[in-house]
Amino acid sequence: MKLLQTVHGVTFQNPTVLASGIWGITAASWRRAAEVGGAGGVTTKSIWLHEHKGHPNPTIISTEHWTLNAVGVPDAGPEKAREEIAAYMVRKPAPLILNIIADTVENYALTAAALLPMKPDFLEVNISCPNVEDEFGKPFACSAPAAAAVTKAVKAIAGKTPVFIKLSPNALSIAEIAIACAKEGADGFTVINTVGPGMAIDIRSRMPILSNRVGGMSGPAIKPIAVRCIADVYAATEGKLPIIGTGGVHTGEDAIELMLAGATLIGIGTAIGTRGFDVFAKVAREMQEWGEREGVEDLEELVGGMHRQLRKGK
Amino acid sequence: MCANSIPLQTRLPRTVRIAQVRKETDMVTTFILPISLGSLPGQFVMLWLPGKDEIPMSIALDDGENLHVTFFAVGDMTKALQKLQAGELVGIRGPFGTSYAWEKKQRLGLVAGGYGAAPMFFAASQAAKDGCTLDVIIGARSKEHLLYQETFASLPRTTVHIATDDGSAGHKGHNVAVLEQMLDDGERFDQIFACGPERMLVAVCALCEKRGIPCLLSLERYMKCGYGLCGNCSVDPLGIRLCVDGPVVNGELVRQISEFGTYHRDELGRKHLF
Repeated sequence: MKLLQTVHGVTFQNPTVLASGIWGITAASWRRAAEVGGAGGVTTKSIWLHEHKGHPNPTIISTEHWTLNAVGVPDAGPEKAREEIAAYMVRKPAPLILNIIADTVENYALTAAALLPMKPDFLEVNISCPNVEDEFGKPFACSAPAAAAVTKAVKAIAGKTPVFIKLSPNALSIAEIAIACAKEGADGFTVINTVGPGMAIDIRSRMPILSNRVGGMSGPAIKPIAVRCIADVYAATEGKLPIIGTGGVHTGEDAIELMLAGATLIGIGTAIGTRGFDVFAKVAREMQEWGEREGVEDLEELVGGMHRQLRKGK
Repeated sequence: MCANSIPLQTRLPRTVRIAQVRKETDMVTTFILPISLGSLPGQFVMLWLPGKDEIPMSIALDDGENLHVTFFAVGDMTKALQKLQAGELVGIRGPFGTSYAWEKKQRLGLVAGGYGAAPMFFAASQAAKDGCTLDVIIGARSKEHLLYQETFASLPRTTVHIATDDGSAGHKGHNVAVLEQMLDDGERFDQIFACGPERMLVAVCALCEKRGIPCLLSLERYMKCGYGLCGNCSVDPLGIRLCVDGPVVNGELVRQISEFGTYHRDELGRKHLF
């Protein structure tokens, strides 16, 4: 089975992508994820228009089932991002997806404008971070008009760079949000951001463990939610827009399941903590082995495969 | 040691009551915690003070029953910790990271700067059990900042050397100069271990390269998760994460880290020169 995926004219050696928010603060990290870790593509951490401080520790805690994080999207702003991106672009080992975040519709456009000259392969718009809700209220991803407004503003200046909107599993109807963004020209979606938020309490001190009290949940336990959300977005957009499926993927079989729901590329983040930084190479190899055992020759056969199977049954 | 060999339950803090508080110097305190994590010398834990903060801390001893952590009260968090008494709660996650390693009966030179003496003591106490012969060179600003001097001296086959910046005890100057003099005098070591300020590590690393001695150094970078997810401790140009591939790194690898001795990054990922 060939693992090569071409999305909006950009070729990924395999469908795995380093998800935003994990590891990817520096060019050296992106390079290692791609060159040694085997990632088919890499995503930057969310970049703000201005320096943005994160939350105090503890910010990340895990069990075997879940990870909660409330890092608070710390970032030094576009100048540092431009320096790192420039260093990565010198001998770019894999496509770069630039993730941006902002507090207002206007600032999303300004952040994109500040970074588009770096020529990222895709722009990923984080409208769904649950960790800055105290600052900004509910994320844009929970309101169709707000999500559409952000999409419209970013698309207006993105030119030929494909724009992916990163959606939240917490929207009442993720399908409705996806349709609203698609109407404004979204070129694809990243589905999903973290779930919840959740909370963990230390029972001796009776205190919440995360300094932010609550944090977005990731890890193996959220995969079924990711699969459902991907399936909803794929159906709502009739499979016309590519989806970077993200949420709980640890193995090749997990990745194939997300593809059957409708994902074209597969975001991996939390699994780095359990399977190592080369989880991308491991997942890609497991996908290939599975494809060979099952006689699947082309990944395209898998993308959205569940939807076609359901139609066949009718 | 790689990320996947660490039991996952170590990634959630558990709170324990401090068994004993030991005052080392005016600024330095040791907590003895009634818990063993099976940690190895050089590894670190994340120490949590509920409602305040959580910071990485190297392990000063894990003897199978108790865990010792030694800290220098410099920031808000360590100053808050310094006020705690026996019976109060702190949270622990870990152990994380790589460790020091030696072979039985080796001759080891241990270079400890400032509170780097704490993890060095853990290594020394375990290596002594393996029949190693140790020369420990402790460096500090002045006499009253010297840590663990008698504790090291109580170990078998161990010689303690002292260096202070102001000459109030031992050699006046840096501990690395003492190591260099020993080498000039014909001392031979199988390995050098070093923990302390990065400038000291740079000097140790250069000296070991010049003399062809293998070395293991403890590097410090800003850490949040401790198990390879946040990426804050990723170093240039390799992109390795020092919470997983460090903090103990061998000289060959250290020499490939271009930022070593030059800069480190803050919690925003921004570079700061040393």
